[in-house]
Parts: sequence; structure tokens; C-alpha cells
Amino acid sequence: MLALMQNGGGALAQTPNEGTNFLHELLLWLPLPEWIPGWALILGAVGAGVGILVGLVSLIALWSVWMERKVSGHMQCRNGPMYAGGWHGWAQTIADGIKLFQKEDMIPIGADRALFVLSPAIVLASIFGALAALPLSYDWYFARMDLGIFTILAIGSTTTIGVIMAGWASNSKWSLYGAMREAAQVVAYEIPLGIALMVPLITLGTFSLLDASALQSGFFGMGWAIFQNPLCLPAFIIFWIAALAETKRAPFDLPEAESELVAGFLTEFSGIRWSFFFMEEYAAMFLMSAVGAVFFFGGFESPATYALRSAGMEGTIVFSLVCFVTLVLKAFTGVFLMMWLRWTLPRVRIDQVMTMGYKYLTPLALICVLGAAIWEAILHVVLN
Amino acid sequence: MTSPPQAEHKPSIRPADEARTLPSGEREFFMDVATSDLEVNMGPQHPATHGVMRVLLRTDGELVTGAQPHLGYLHRCAEKIGESVEWLQYLPYTDRYDYLSAMNNNLSYSLAVEALMPELEIPRRGTMIRMICAELNRIASHLVAFGTYGLDIGAFTPFFYAFREREWIQALFEKICGARLTYSYIRIGGVFNDTPPGWLQEVADFCDVFEEKWQEYYDLLIENHIFVQRTANVGVISEEMAYDFGLTGPMLRGSGVDFDLRRDMPYLEYGEAHDAGAFKVPIGTGEKGTVGDCWDRTQVRMVEMMESLGLVRWCLEQIEPGPVIGDVPRVIKVPPGEAYVGIENPRGELGHYMHSDGGKIATRCRVRAPSFVNLAVLEDLMPGTLLADSVAIIGSTDIVIGETDR
Repeated sequence: MLALMQNGGGALAQTPNEGTNFLHELLLWLPLPEWIPGWALILGAVGAGVGILVGLVSLIALWSVWMERKVSGHMQCRNGPMYAGGWHGWAQTIADGIKLFQKEDMIPIGADRALFVLSPAIVLASIFGALAALPLSYDWYFARMDLGIFTILAIGSTTTIGVIMAGWASNSKWSLYGAMREAAQVVAYEIPLGIALMVPLITLGTFSLLDASALQSGFFGMGWAIFQNPLCLPAFIIFWIAALAETKRAPFDLPEAESELVAGFLTEFSGIRWSFFFMEEYAAMFLMSAVGAVFFFGGFESPATYALRSAGMEGTIVFSLVCFVTLVLKAFTGVFLMMWLRWTLPRVRIDQVMTMGYKYLTPLALICVLGAAIWEAILHVVLN
Repeated sequence: MTSPPQAEHKPSIRPADEARTLPSGEREFFMDVATSDLEVNMGPQHPATHGVMRVLLRTDGELVTGAQPHLGYLHRCAEKIGESVEWLQYLPYTDRYDYLSAMNNNLSYSLAVEALMPELEIPRRGTMIRMICAELNRIASHLVAFGTYGLDIGAFTPFFYAFREREWIQALFEKICGARLTYSYIRIGGVFNDTPPGWLQEVADFCDVFEEKWQEYYDLLIENHIFVQRTANVGVISEEMAYDFGLTGPMLRGSGVDFDLRRDMPYLEYGEAHDAGAFKVPIGTGEKGTVGDCWDRTQVRMVEMMESLGLVRWCLEQIEPGPVIGDVPRVIKVPPGEAYVGIENPRGELGHYMHSDGGKIATRCRVRAPSFVNLAVLEDLMPGTLLADSVAIIGSTDIVIGETDR
């Protein structure tokens, strides 16, 4: 988090905004008295960053849960929540959250208390850490990371540790099944996920999310990676399937498989601890969709940002806001797609999950990488 | 079907470096850690058991190596009650065996009692209404089977679609008898009362709408690739196995056995209906996998819904005004004798064996419940499958615990 105070590692030459993050700017802008020590500023900035992240995750979870209920409701010939808050039950999730806060903090007898308490924290911390590496706009970010996507994948994977801890600590057989399934599934799908992401990385030539987005600004804001390289589309499909498995969403919701394992690793969790897992799930959905949007579908770039840039408004707050809204809209399109799939498809079986991951997705992703590399080589070396 | 892997020996827990070379020249095999099968209770409160049934599973990881169903959590002494209350008073208890097809339960009991009363004339309109109700109830029951099977496999949405259509049938039943689940409408001697005005037209409307919806459900779930992958070649019941376990209903027909009591031992006007081509008997063909797998059983249920629809339409054509119930005294006295009548329930052959000594109360009441008989196959079917398959197998047997336990 010290990177919060720094101007990032070493931005690439083609970086559009040689700036700092907005917390830094905020601290520079605030009329702070001289006697405040430097470490207090750092701590304050860290606190503010964490606060913003918590707020962000909560907002994503609140919105996504409501959205999931409405989407599933309308797909299933019902209305979903309609009463809490008045307009289409918008406050239903808030009411649910308050209820979950008030619930008794239950730890089963025989559970491994330390791990049981720690696992929701790890799960939530992993998603906070991963979201911290996601820029929200060209100049709204916590850290300018050249290896942003590596950070996201690495920190995001620690969720699995929390889930396995939860399953083990619950001292329930069903929970253990869920945890083991999660371990097997994530190991199988991390590989195609990472390899599939290599295709846009080859196409764009950067690991940084900010740079990746900026490099897709051509063709009136539609120069998205998916249009730059024909191998990006199959790579995206592989990435998307792997992302579903990573986020434990249907048809890969085997770790919680409520008709088989009661609730899988969540069986013994209730109240606020349970809601932590829930928040993580929705934040991870958002994160995966946002990563897909940044690396395949242009990130902040759209005709709207192109128009603003043409009008010379780059760098203004309006431009940042439009970039932010663009990314959020793209990400929530992905979240909607995940919900759509969940309420349509049956669940696959564990051996089919493994077969698909190891036998099909991984080789196909490798072929995509090879094809993308050849395409780029032809485009840039042979033709140039 | 792979044979269940058996734990042949318990590996001794001794460090591997203590292993010696045996006189035969082989090295002894020790494991540092002991492994054993995990015994886990699926149920009584488990979403896959469709009620309060418990299956004791022995698992090796995801692999099920042994399964033993335990019943009796919902036992309500139905048969004993049948021997302590009057003939008509027992009718509401029959609703409660298989609460998803109460009309058929009423029908089975009524037919068994009527078999003991040869002079009782059943009017033709009553018979037709009985058939309409029984077939509509079969559709409703199969809709639940289809929806909950989707839930077992992990698809939620078909469940809601199935329940929407079932709701319509329940509304129709509510109009005809006031109850939505436990009807007690089909009585000894006919049916309780005539249909309300316009009811038959509403049934015809339902048939038209349901025919379109059925195709949607079939395409949405039954033809879904993941669903086929999950159910085809899973839980295969061979023809011999089906005979050995005395399976009936869609469980039997899913295994490719062409047997339906409505056609082969006709009751009511089913024989006439079959001769008129109103329905055919669908059997499992192994279209997606092996004959007798879970997919076949589900598909047979789906096709049966359409056949029932054809029967309802045939009855709607045939029905004429007239009385609906025969001349039944207020207090029924059944002549001495014994009778067994089995009818084709949605889940198989529901039979009532009734014994009378000429009094107001049956001296023996025995129910052959299809769910109970069909359930026995689980113990042979589940070992060697994966945990998720075992859920698919339980779902495909379409048991109703109220009926297994009675």
C-alpha cells in the first residue's frame, strides 16, 4: 500500500496520463498543517483507500445481489423483491444486510475456531487486494501497477485458501466436500484463465490495465482487443468459462452445489460471516468481468470517451467519470451474463469440470496464444 | 455400470521405511497415512432426498462406494387407519400417500372398494371426469418431477416454469373440488359432484397452452447439453434389473419395458381410449445414452405428459351430460370378500388390497406403493457413481416420501 504514496513503479512511455493517483492529489490539495508527521499522512491515505475499497465492495455486492434477484425473478416469471424501500424493492439487500449483521455469531462446536473466524476475513481481504489493483478510471486508481493483471490474478487466487480453510474448519463433511471441490476446480481453471489472458496481452503488449485500456482507443474508441486480433474471441470465451469456474458461478458452482452438498463450504456459516463470502462472490464476479472488459472490450474506451477526447476534455473530471461509467457498464454487462447463465444452465459434474479444464480449455488456450503470436508476428514483422 | 470398488484390505499405518523384503522377493507395502471411506448421511434434511429420507452414503472422495436408504421418518400408520375407520372416511387418508397425485390415489382406493361392490353402477360421465382428473393430476405430478429433477441437476428456472403450469392445474382442481392438493374428489361410486359450468372448456384451454409450453421445457432442460451429459449413461437400470426389483411406472418404461396398466390391464375407459388411439405408451429408447439411464426415465415422464394431454382431449370429446356418482348409501357396507386393484399412478402401480367381512370397516387394508418399491433399486444403483450422480439417480426415481412411508 506504500505505492499509494508513490507515483507508481515506472510508467511506460506510451502512458497517456503521467499522473498520480487521486489519493495523492487529494492529500496535496488538502490544506494540511505542517506539524502532521509523514507517517500519519501515509496511514491516513491507507485508511482512506481501505475505506473506499470497503465502500466499493459493499456497493457492488448490494447492487449485484439486488440485480441477481431481479434478473432471476424476471427469468422465472416472478417479480423478485418488490416491497422493501418502495421502488422495486431496491432496499431489499440493505435490509438483508442489516438482518445478517444482527444475527447470532455462531461457531459450531467442534469447529476449528481460529480458522473458522479467519476464513471469511481471508476471502474478503483477497478480493479487497485484487480490487485495489483495478483502476476505476484513467486517473482514479489506487496504484499504478505495470503488472496489474498479475497482481489481480495472484491476490485473487488467495480466495481459494479462505474457502478451503472454511470447509476444513467447519468440521462438517459436506463442507469438506465443497472445499476439496473448490481446490480441484480452481487449480484446473487458473491455468486456462491465465493462458487465455495472454492473447490480449500479446495483442496489446502490456500487463498494465491502464495502458491496456489506452492502447484500445483507436477506431473512434472501438479499437478493442477483440477487434484487433481474431484469436481474442476464442480466448475470451475460454477466459469467460474459466472466470465462471474461478468465481464459483453456475454451471461451475460445485463448491456450494446446494442440491448435492447442502451448501458446500458455506453450510456452517451464518450471519455476517456468511455475508462476507457472499460479498466476495459478487465482488469477484465484478472483478472478473472488469478484467475481461479491460483486456478484451476496450476498458474505458468507447465512442463516448473518444468524443470527449476529441473535444479536448481529456483530464477533466467529466472525462474520468465517463471512463468510470464505461468500465462499470461493461463490467455489469458481464455480471448480467453470469447471472443469465446461472439461471439457465444445469450444473456440471466434477469429472466433467476437470475434463473440460485440463483436456479442452488448457490446450485450446495454448493454441490461441500460438495463433495470436503468429498473427502479431505477421502483422508487425512480416508486413511491416 | 462399473462394479463398486471394494476396500480389500485396511492398509496398516506404519512408516514406509519400515517395509521389509518378504521371502517371496516382494517389498512390503505400508502407507504413512491411513485412508478410510467417509460415511456421510444424506438426509433426513437434505435437498436431494425430496423429503425426509436418509441415505447413508459410503464415499471414497467423490466416489460413492455404498448407499443404504433409510425410511420411516414420515410413517403415519395409513394402513392401520384403513382398518379402523369407515370405508368412506379412509378416502382422505389416501390423499396423503403421494400428495402430488392425490386424484390417482383416490381413484385406486375407490376402484378397490368398488371391486367389492359388484352391483354398484358407475355412470359414464363420472368415469370420464375421473379420467380427466387422473390425467391432469398425472401432468401436474410429472411437472413436479421434471422441475425438481432440474433442481437436482442444478437448473433452477425450469422448476418455476413447471410450477406455473402446475398452478393452473391446481386452480382447475380448486374449482372442481375446493382443494388444491388433497382433493378427496374421486369417491366410491364416481366423483363427488359435477363439474362447474365452463370447467371443461377451461381444461381444453389449458391443453392448448400446455402443448406449446411443453416443447419449451423439453428444449430448455431435457435437450440441454449439460443436462444430457449429467443424466445419460447414469444410473442405468437394465430390463432384468427392472423386473427383479418389481419396478413400475416410468422407472420400468424408462428401462425399455413396454408395460402400462392403463393399456395392459385397463380400468375405467382406458382400454377404449387406447383403441381409439388417444394415447401411446412411451418407453425409454436410449436416445442419448443407454436404455434405462436417468435421461430415459426423465424423457419418458416428459412424453407421458403429452400422452396424458391426448387422453384428456379424448375424454373431453367423449363426455356427455349425466349423473356423476352411482347410488351409494350414506354409510357404505361392503359385501364380504377381498379385492386388489392396481392402477397406473404417475410413479407406478398403486395398488389397494381391501378385505371386507361385510361390515362398515375394512378388515384388511394394504397399499402397494410404487415409490416404496422403486426406491429399493437405489442400493444397487448408487455404488460406483459420483456424489453428483447419486443425486441425479435419487431424483430420477421421483420418489415421494409420503408414499414410501405412508
